[in-house]
Amino acid sequence: MSGNMNLTLKVWRQKNSNAKGELVDFKVNDISPDMSFLEMFDVLNERLVSENTDPIAFDHDCREGICGMCSMFIDGRPHGPKDGITTCQLHMRSFKDGDTITVEPWRAQAFPVIKDLVVDRTAFDRIIAAGGYISVNTGNAQDANCLPISKDNADESFAAAACIGCGACVATCKNASAMLFVSAKVSQLALLPQGEPEKQSRVLNMVAQMDAEGFGSCTNTGACEAECPKGISLSNIARMNREYLGAQFCSEK
Amino acid sequence: MSKLDAKIPEGQLETKWTKYKSSVPLVNPSNKRNLEIVIVGSGLAGASAAAALAELGYKVKVFCFQDSPRRAHSIAAQGGINAAKNYQNDGDSIYRLFYDTIKGGDYRAREGNVHRLSEVSGNIIDQCVAQGVPFAREYGGLLSNRSFGGTQVQRTFYAAGQTGQQLLLGAYSALERQIGMGAVEMFNRHEMLEVVMIDGKARGIIARDLITGKLERHFGHAVLLCTGGYGNVFYLSTNAMGSNATAVWKAHKQGAFFGNPCFTQIHPTCIPVSGDHQSKLTLMSESLRNDGRIWVPKKKDETRKAVDIPEEERDYYLERRYPAFGNLVPRDVASRAAKERCDAGHGVGTSRMAVYLDFTFNMDRYGKIEATKKGIHNADAATIRALGKDVITEKYGNLFDMYKQITGEDPYQMPMRIYPAVHYTMGGLWVDYNLMTTIPGLYALGEANFSDHGANRLGASALMQGLADGYFVIPYTIGSYLSKEISVKSIPTSHEAFVAAENKVQNDIDKFFNIKGTKSVDHFHKRLGKIMWEKCGMARNEKGLKEAIEEIRALRAEFWKDLRVTGEANEFNPELEKAGRVADFLELGELMCKDALNRNESCGGHFREEYQTEEGEANRDDDNFAFVAAWEYKGDNNFEMHKEELKYENIKIAQRSYK
Ligand SMILES: Cc1cc2nc3c(=O)[nH]c(=O)nc-3n(C[C@H](O)[C@H](O)[C@H](O)COP(=O)(O)OP(=O)(O)OC[C@H]3O[C@@H](n4cnc5c(N)ncnc54)[C@H](O)[C@@H]3O)c2cc1C
Ligand code: SF4
Ligand code: FES
Repeated sequence: MSGNMNLTLKVWRQKNSNAKGELVDFKVNDISPDMSFLEMFDVLNERLVSENTDPIAFDHDCREGICGMCSMFIDGRPHGPKDGITTCQLHMRSFKDGDTITVEPWRAQAFPVIKDLVVDRTAFDRIIAAGGYISVNTGNAQDANCLPISKDNADESFAAAACIGCGACVATCKNASAMLFVSAKVSQLALLPQGEPEKQSRVLNMVAQMDAEGFGSCTNTGACEAECPKGISLSNIARMNREYLGAQFCSEK
Repeated sequence: MSKLDAKIPEGQLETKWTKYKSSVPLVNPSNKRNLEIVIVGSGLAGASAAAALAELGYKVKVFCFQDSPRRAHSIAAQGGINAAKNYQNDGDSIYRLFYDTIKGGDYRAREGNVHRLSEVSGNIIDQCVAQGVPFAREYGGLLSNRSFGGTQVQRTFYAAGQTGQQLLLGAYSALERQIGMGAVEMFNRHEMLEVVMIDGKARGIIARDLITGKLERHFGHAVLLCTGGYGNVFYLSTNAMGSNATAVWKAHKQGAFFGNPCFTQIHPTCIPVSGDHQSKLTLMSESLRNDGRIWVPKKKDETRKAVDIPEEERDYYLERRYPAFGNLVPRDVASRAAKERCDAGHGVGTSRMAVYLDFTFNMDRYGKIEATKKGIHNADAATIRALGKDVITEKYGNLFDMYKQITGEDPYQMPMRIYPAVHYTMGGLWVDYNLMTTIPGLYALGEANFSDHGANRLGASALMQGLADGYFVIPYTIGSYLSKEISVKSIPTSHEAFVAAENKVQNDIDKFFNIKGTKSVDHFHKRLGKIMWEKCGMARNEKGLKEAIEEIRALRAEFWKDLRVTGEANEFNPELEKAGRVADFLELGELMCKDALNRNESCGGHFREEYQTEEGEANRDDDNFAFVAAWEYKGDNNFEMHKEELKYENIKIAQRSYK
C-alpha cells in the first residue's frame, strides 16, 4: 500500500569519521502519510540496495521513542519539525507532497560522525560512569517501603529520569552544551533521599567529566528544553547549578 | 536415558533455594580477581549480572550491539514488574505469585525455578528503590501497585508506562559505576558472532567491532548470554529492530540445547498493521486493560463509528466469556479471543483486523470519584469526563500520546483499535537450575533462556525474571562452576580454538558478500515473517506447519543464492549485520515449526487447532506432553529432541480456567 507523496531529500553522506562529508540529493516517490520518517528511509534504502548503492546509515532500534538511539537533524531541528517526539515517532503526515527535506547528523565536537547520520555519543556514558548513580551494592537494600518519599518529589524525580540520552539537547545548542542531559540525572538523584549521601561528589564529578568531553558551556538560551523529546525541564539546570555551587563551597572548606 | 539434569536441589520447595545458597561452593575474593567473565547483552539481565558480579570482584567484560548499554531492548518495557510484597494487603504471598506463574504458564514451567523467582521478587524492588528508581507512589509516600493479567491481586510496581526504562537505567547506572571503577570493561557497538569452545567448555567469544568491522577474540572463564528474545523471526513484532537470535543460535549450533522453541507470546493489545511499509509493531501496555474494556460490535461488518454504537449492541466478549477475570485474562487467552471475533466477521477498522479498547466507562467512573473528592455535587457529564481524563492521563499519558502519534487518532475521544502481535519468546536456551546451558561454562539469563514462564508468560514477569537472574541468582550459582576453575589461568587468545573460531566467522562474512545476488536482506526477512505468522503464529495445525517447514527451506536456499549485501566487511555496515541475523532466523524458524509440529497438544501460547475443547479453549495433554522439549543440533539443520519431564509436587495440575 504505497502513498502519493513525492519528496526530495538532501542527506548527509560521509563514509567514515575521517572522510569529508557532503549533502546528497535523493528523490523518494509514492510515500504514504502513515509511514514513519524512518520507514521512509527504509523505502529509500531498499531502493539504494536494488541499485547496488550503499544504503544510508542511521541509528535506530526501538522505533517507539524510548531507546534514544535515533538521531536525525531534520531541516535544522533535532528530531524534526514536531515538538515532544523522537525521529522514529515522526510520521510523514507532518510533511507535504513536494517538500524538500534536509537530513543531517547531530553536530557537536563531542559527538563525532561515524558514518552518514550515525554519531558517537559514548561521551554521555562516560559522564554517567563518573557519578550518575547511587553507590549501593546488590543485596544491601532495606525494604522498599521503609523510606516514604513524597509523591511530588517522586514524580519530579521521575520526570527528570525520563531522559532517553538521545543528545538532541546538545545537537540543538549553539554551544553544544550537555547541561540538560547532565542536570536531568543530577536532579533525579538529588530529589530522592537515597541520592543524598553522594550528592556533592556526584555533581562535581559529572560536571568535570562533561567539561573533559568537550561539551560547551550553557548560556541559558533554552533551545535544549524546546527540542527535548521528553520535555526535560530547564529547571533541572537551575537545580544542578545550585547543587554545584553548594558542593564547590563545601569542598573548598 | 535423558541427557538432561535440571539440577533442582532436593528438599522442600520452600527451602530449596535457601539451602542451596548456604551450601553452594564459594570463590574467595583473591581468586575472583583472576576469574574473567564475558557477558553478552546489557539489558536487564546482562546489566544486572555485570554489576552484581563486578561488585563481587570478578573481572567482567560486557558486550552490546547498540551504541550504549542503556539502549538494550529492556528499555521499551512499559507496564510494570511483579513482586510478592503484599503491600496492598490483598492476600498476595510468595506462594501465590509462584502459583499464578505456574498456572499462567499452563503447567509447562519448573516448580523449583519459579518458586525461587517468587522468593527473590521482593529483593528486586528493594534493590531498585535503593538505586533511585522512581517508581510510582501514593500520596502517603509509599509505593503504588496495579494489576496485570492472570492474577487477582495488585502486585505490579510501575513507573508510568516506562517501567522498563527506569529499571534498566537503574541497572545501567550500577553497571556504569563498575565501568567507572575499572571493574567492567564495556564494548558498545560490538556483536558477538561465535562461542569459543576449548576442551568442551565455553571459553570466550568472537565479536565484531561494528564500527571498524574488525573481528576480536575475548577470553572468559565463563560466558553469559543475556541477549534477549527472538520474536523478530516473525519480522513484525513489538521487539526493537535489532533484537535477534544470533548469539543463542550460534551457541545452539555449538551444542547448547534449545528449549521449547515454539513457545511464543502473542500480545493482545498492539496497534494494528497499517500497511506494507510497516517495520515494527507498537505495544499498548497490558496495564491498559486495568481501565480499558475490550469489545466488538455485535453486528457483523458494522460500519457505524464506535461512539454511535449503543451499549446493548456491543459485545464485551472477554467479560462475557471469562467473568472471573474479565478483561484481565492472560495474554494467550485474550489474543485468541480477539482473533476468533475478527475471524467471525466482527473486527473493526479499515482492515477489520482489530477490536476496540475503550476507556470511557472508567474515565467516567474516575471522574465521579474525583468530583466527590473535590466536593463538586451534581457535576455534569463534561466535567466528569474532564476530571476522569486527568486520572487516565496520569496513569497512561505516554501510551495515549504514542497511540495518537502513530495512528493520528485521539484515544481520549474514540476507543483505541488494537490487535495481537508477536511480543515475547518463552522458548530459549535450555538451562538448569544454575542457569547453565548444556555447554559447561555457558550460561543464559533473561529472555534468552527458556526457564520460568512455561508456555505463556504473565505480564510484568519478564522484568522480574531478568533482574532476578542477574542480581540474585547468577551471583550464587556461578560459584558452583567457577570454584572449580580457580586454577585455570586465562587462556591466551592465540590459542588454536580462538583462531579457528575467528576463521569460521570470517568465512561466514565472506560468504555473504560472495553471493552477489539481487535481493535485499529485508526482502527475505519479510517473507520469512509472513510464513511464520501465518503458519506458526496464533493458531497452528499439522498441515500448515509441514508446509511452513518446506517453505522455509526453499526460502533459505533462495537466500543463499540471491542475497545482495552492499558495502564492505571492514566498515560500519548495517546490511551485513542484518544479513547475519536473518540467516540465523531462517534456521531457527524451521526449528520452531518442528517443535510446534511435535507438540500434539495446545498449551499457553501454543495453540494447535486440532487440540481444542468444545468451547475453543486450549486442550492440554498432560499425559503425553508434560515435558520441556530440548532440541540438540545435529548438523545441517537436523535436530534431536530430548525430554525433561516436568513433575508437579506442590501444585495440583488442573485445566486452566479463568471463567
Ligand atoms: C514493547 C515491550 C514491552 C514490554 N513490557 C514489559 C513489561 O511491562 N513487563 C515485563 O515484565 N516485561 C515486558 N516486556 C518484556 C521484557 O521487556 C523483556 O523480556 C526483557 O526486557 C528482556 O530483557 P533481557 O535483558 O533478557 O534482554 P534485552 O533487554 O533484549 O537485551 C538484550 C541485550 O543483548 C545484546 N545483544 C543481543 N545479541 C547480541 C549479540 N549477538 N552481540 C552482542 N550483544 C547482543 C543487546 O545489545 C542488548 O544489550 C516487554 C517487551 C516489549 C517488547
Ligand atoms: S535531555 Fe532531552 S534532548 Fe537531552 S538527551 Fe535527554 S531526552 Fe534527549
Ligand atoms: S529508535 Fe528508539 S527512540 Fe527512536
